Amino acid sequence: MSDIADRGYANPEVLVSTDWVAAHLDDPAIRIVESNEDPLLYSSGHMPGAVEVDWTRDLNHPLRRDYLERDGFETLMRRIGVTSDTTVVFYGDKTNWWATYAFWVFQLFGHDRAKVMDGGRLKWEREGRPLTTDVPTYPAAAYRAPDRDDTRIRVFRDEVLAHVRANLPLVDVRSPEEFSGERLHMPAYPNEGALRGGHIPGAANVPWARAVNAEDGTFKLAAQLRAIYQDEVGLRRDDDVIAYCRIGERSSHTWFVLTHLLGFPRVRNYDGSWTEWGNLVNVPIEK
Amino acid sequence: MAALPNKLAKLLRLIGRTQDRQERIQLLIDFSRRYRPVPPDVASPPYAEQFKVPACESQAYVFPEPNDDGTLTFHFAVENPQGISAMALAAILGDALSGAPLEQVAAVSPDVVYEIFGRELSMGKSMGLTGMVALMAGFARSRLAQED
Repeated sequence: MSDIADRGYANPEVLVSTDWVAAHLDDPAIRIVESNEDPLLYSSGHMPGAVEVDWTRDLNHPLRRDYLERDGFETLMRRIGVTSDTTVVFYGDKTNWWATYAFWVFQLFGHDRAKVMDGGRLKWEREGRPLTTDVPTYPAAAYRAPDRDDTRIRVFRDEVLAHVRANLPLVDVRSPEEFSGERLHMPAYPNEGALRGGHIPGAANVPWARAVNAEDGTFKLAAQLRAIYQDEVGLRRDDDVIAYCRIGERSSHTWFVLTHLLGFPRVRNYDGSWTEWGNLVNVPIEK
Repeated sequence: MAALPNKLAKLLRLIGRTQDRQERIQLLIDFSRRYRPVPPDVASPPYAEQFKVPACESQAYVFPEPNDDGTLTFHFAVENPQGISAMALAAILGDALSGAPLEQVAAVSPDVVYEIFGRELSMGKSMGLTGMVALMAGFARSRLAQED
């Protein structure tokens, strides 16, 4: 894969290579954060110096279906030794699906000194780079976070409904089977957590993984991404776009692509996603 | 309601005795290292869809092999090299359910996944892992139905 700087991304500085990370493993200004779907993976071996941020334990509100609030975020940042000057580099399994989710949550608190390692954990492993089971500890850092800002990059159901009625674009990043609602009707499949199958009216189906190269998990070139999201789907750079999936994790990956790699200024992630929409009473659904 | 297969009950007791999340994780990682892919004389890629664990993002497969005593031996393929939870579950269930009475295997609830991994699983991960249990129970039910 070509150098990140040569790929035509709108914000190339938000993406770093495995080489870059390897050269910054001991950099005190950098905190490397592993975020996975698989709860066993970090403990089985991780990048030297990397801390784990777990979606269920660290980023969720302990009671409500919501994200942690300011106090919780400050506690998390103290635990992982991050100050407002620390650059956080995320990586993880599933070609950074969960890493971009953690990245997105960090943006709700405005921690914009944040990057994602291209190719994620699998690329690091395949390159034979070091892994350790030593869990690092860092001195608790003083961190003052602003209140969580849910207005810029997050969207709630009422706003989604207004978006649909205004015929504005949505991207459903689930699989074609989930998009069509077919999966809910296959008896062998567990319920998708929703009473109804299908998708939000007007949504285009672009499975999140189309944005990455299957062979090494790196992000595709900007021109290839434009061919998918702009030429094929018809999104325009100045569109107001909502991305969603089942609970907002896969769609944070697409949010990252549209926002940072293609430079769309107004993309929001609907984390209620299908587990909310497919259970709501009297909202429109398409199949 | 059939009792849990003996080996499974024993393994669940072992896992239940772990003191904290980290100890449980370490135990499950140890199990994952016992995972062995399906021998080529039982199945080789490309694997048929009927053996695929539904909704499992680690691309896991379960292959039932009939034993002379009418029970089943279960083999697995986990295609995602980072699918360590799927490997752990495969190792646990392969050991615990192979050779167990089919009525008992057929009655194993997918909720056993939460006894093994705890509740802190993503929805996708839960679906994949519970899907593995459901598929194995389904193979046992099919086998029982053939015997009738």
